Amino acid sequence: MSIVGTRVVRREDRDLITAGGTYVDDLRVEALSGAAHAVFVRSPIAHARIGGIDVSAAKEAPGVLGVFTAADLGLAPHPSGPLLEPWLAGDVVRYVGEPVALVVTEERYQLADAAELVDVDYEPLQAVATIEAALAGETLLFPDHGSNVVQVNGAKEFDDGIFGDCEVVVTQTILNQRVAPAPLEVRGAACVWGEDGRLTAWLSTQNAQMARGQLAAGLGVGEESVRVIAPDVGGGFGAKIGADPEATVLGWAARQLGRGVRWVESRSENLTAMTHGRAQRNTVTIGGKRDGTVLAYRLDVVQDAGAYPRMLLLPMLTELMAVGVYRFPKVETRSRAVVTTTTPIAAYRGAGRPEATAAVERAMDRFAAEIGLDPAEVRRGNFIRPEEFPYQSPTGASYDTGEYAAALDKALDAAGYAELRAEQQRRRAAGDPVELGLGIAAYVEITGGDGGGESGRVDIHPDGSVVAWTGSSPHGQGLGTSLAMLLSDQLGVPLEKITVRHGDTDEVPNAVGTFGSRSLQLGGSAIRQAAEEVIAQARELAADLLEAAPDDLELDAERGVWQVRGAPSSTVLSWAQVAEAAGGGKLSADVWFGGGAPTFPFGAHLAVVEVDTETGKVELRRIVAVDDAGPIVNPLTFRGQRHGGLGQGAAQALMEVVTYDEDGNPTTATLADYSFVTAAELPDFELVDMATPTDRNLLGVKGIGEAATIGSTPAVHNAVVDALSGRGVTHLDMPTTPIRVWAALEEARKGSAQ
Amino acid sequence: MKVSIEVNGRSLTEEVPDRTLLVHFLRDTAGLTATNIGCDTTSCGACTVLLDGESVKSCTVLAAQADGHAVTTVEGLSSSDGELHPVQRAFREQHGLQCGFCTPGMIMASVSLLADNPKPARDEVRAGLEGNLCRCTGYHNIVSAVVDASGQEVDR
Ligand code: FES
Ligand code: FES
Repeated sequence: MSIVGTRVVRREDRDLITAGGTYVDDLRVEALSGAAHAVFVRSPIAHARIGGIDVSAAKEAPGVLGVFTAADLGLAPHPSGPLLEPWLAGDVVRYVGEPVALVVTEERYQLADAAELVDVDYEPLQAVATIEAALAGETLLFPDHGSNVVQVNGAKEFDDGIFGDCEVVVTQTILNQRVAPAPLEVRGAACVWGEDGRLTAWLSTQNAQMARGQLAAGLGVGEESVRVIAPDVGGGFGAKIGADPEATVLGWAARQLGRGVRWVESRSENLTAMTHGRAQRNTVTIGGKRDGTVLAYRLDVVQDAGAYPRMLLLPMLTELMAVGVYRFPKVETRSRAVVTTTTPIAAYRGAGRPEATAAVERAMDRFAAEIGLDPAEVRRGNFIRPEEFPYQSPTGASYDTGEYAAALDKALDAAGYAELRAEQQRRRAAGDPVELGLGIAAYVEITGGDGGGESGRVDIHPDGSVVAWTGSSPHGQGLGTSLAMLLSDQLGVPLEKITVRHGDTDEVPNAVGTFGSRSLQLGGSAIRQAAEEVIAQARELAADLLEAAPDDLELDAERGVWQVRGAPSSTVLSWAQVAEAAGGGKLSADVWFGGGAPTFPFGAHLAVVEVDTETGKVELRRIVAVDDAGPIVNPLTFRGQRHGGLGQGAAQALMEVVTYDEDGNPTTATLADYSFVTAAELPDFELVDMATPTDRNLLGVKGIGEAATIGSTPAVHNAVVDALSGRGVTHLDMPTTPIRVWAALEEARKGSAQ
Repeated sequence: MKVSIEVNGRSLTEEVPDRTLLVHFLRDTAGLTATNIGCDTTSCGACTVLLDGESVKSCTVLAAQADGHAVTTVEGLSSSDGELHPVQRAFREQHGLQCGFCTPGMIMASVSLLADNPKPARDEVRAGLEGNLCRCTGYHNIVSAVVDASGQEVDR
């Protein structure tokens, strides 16, 4: 029986649970012995001109090896987007947390004392802390740019004519609040220049090769002069793609001092200076007929890009996925991105797609409520149908395969939807102060959407062992186990004999890395392709050894041996024997899988909440999730990815938000203030399996890393609004905190009293 | 100041700065890097260890306070022949970890939870682990792991 599709416990775990793994701050390697420690001095003010920086006292502090500011750096500016982001702020600071100086000391405990002595003269400027303030444009972050709007995409002008045939039109503004990716391991780096003039940088990154490119460009050296190693990485969620500017400054300081330097940020730094996610204000207009048919949909996106636009792709991805799972005849979208005096925004688990889904799924509920139909019914009537695939969406996405109605039906059946609706009615009739709410989200997402490929290499050694190198860079996903399972299945080699390596640019020079749920579909396909090439080589060698025609040979993938077809009792050759004959010490294939068109995983989630209308408290009771990402390699890790996504997505709906006061001061700068979901607030997840393959890669698989986050946020959000719908509430922004729920109920009460 | 702490059964006497936190003593002085630091507000539990058998967040304990006491970290849980502790085995079997960063603290908190409540219900596990954050797993499998380690059937 094939090992693929069976539940295999992770090979990654043993070291993690006995020795705690080796994250950047755990490195005790020879090259780093005697390395100095670094801390960034960061702006405590959202927007200010820097009058001067006095580092003299800091330089005298015990153990200080160097204090560096923008004036010392002499690096070409950091090309992060249409507007230049300084490595260290020299003239103006634009968010609380922006680095202004780097302090390096002998001992870790000397850092804080010395950093406190760096004296920066800030001349405050007006903060621009919200999208509204940015659009008003009274204060410009980049006066030379002439506007706080840094990107405009999509429709030049909206055409109200598209709603001309509609019997019902609803407009709703939906805030997709700013959240912090907050991986449990904060950012960290260690940099050492070797005597050969090469930099080795250990980084907590999802993507060593991209980080290498960024470091080399920033430092003005060739890529061959930089080696990046990602050791164990404690979560990334999109925020650890590549290298942050801090890593380049650290590499520069290590060169300047002629000494290794290591840096680990604090949690408060992480919450204010690592990029945030989401932060969109989306206005939807949806129109259709009273029978539930949607005729037209409009999505107007405003992306808060933070102080420096690092990833303007996000609002474009939101536009691309605007219609979700629906066949809307008329669609128009546009997006604008603005800069504000807040932490820069970049990818966070889903990166642009959760925002699209949250908007369209909230819109479907609003539309259903307006015409008085069940939201499940309205969704069913508008789904793209199985026979329509591949489906060219009006926003330019080419969906591969989908069974959207089936996914929704499975979720509703598993949940007992009809019975839940009946219970909701019973409670309402009885005047129960605790309302039941049901929230549906049907979603489709794009994975491997960058359209790039991935590298893979497979070596088989004369001792029968297999070593594979992947350009993907897992950080908790268990990809190493999944790839070993694929190889074991394909080659007939037991798992114990297979090693999967990743995350070192000297070992894997070419790669795209891990983001956008691309690893299994592209990285896995690359490994499959490399193994196919090894098999092809082996066939020739085995044919020589057995004196048979290559076409007459077959690999018995049960036993992992080569034999003459139809003569199983004749001589067989092991992989070891074939590898022995290969010369050069091994059989080897190094490939680039380039055929990776994007795939479109989909699913449907149902959330059940209870809302206490007297206190505003929301309790998440159930989440039932159907997530279809094609064939499943390892159900264990597949389900784990869904659990994690469900938890993070639900948390966005219920409690997570990064906030600033009107002066741009962060008010959620520690984990004591930033609501991070705990075990006590989540229910057990109810997962329903479904697998519709894609024909766009060698494995038929789609990505699963972000899918469950995308569906769960609107499901939980819709459930809370649904719970309040009997009391006149039609919309409520996330997170649905008690105070916000209570305020919405108050407002509705006042409204109905008038 | 000079402190003597028994770490995983081994007695360590070292001169450290007065303000040294236990977590830094473990990581930098004892060289045991499994115990992680995830926050600066005693909020995340990544640094959880056992101090005389009770779970504590070692980022909030001074090394000086642990002077003369016994500390157990995740490195000290499995037996010397490498056999996993039941909680370690269950975390692996139930996929109770992904990136693994919260895991040492989570395992130590679970050991302590089971010492107080040997047969916890799922809700009791959830309440008991409230002080330990995990960003990856959604907690579902962590709860399953603790239930499994307690010898009860995992039905999810
Ligand atoms: S590091 Fe101790 S609780 Fe977070
Ligand atoms: S496994 Fe990553 S934080 Fe828990």
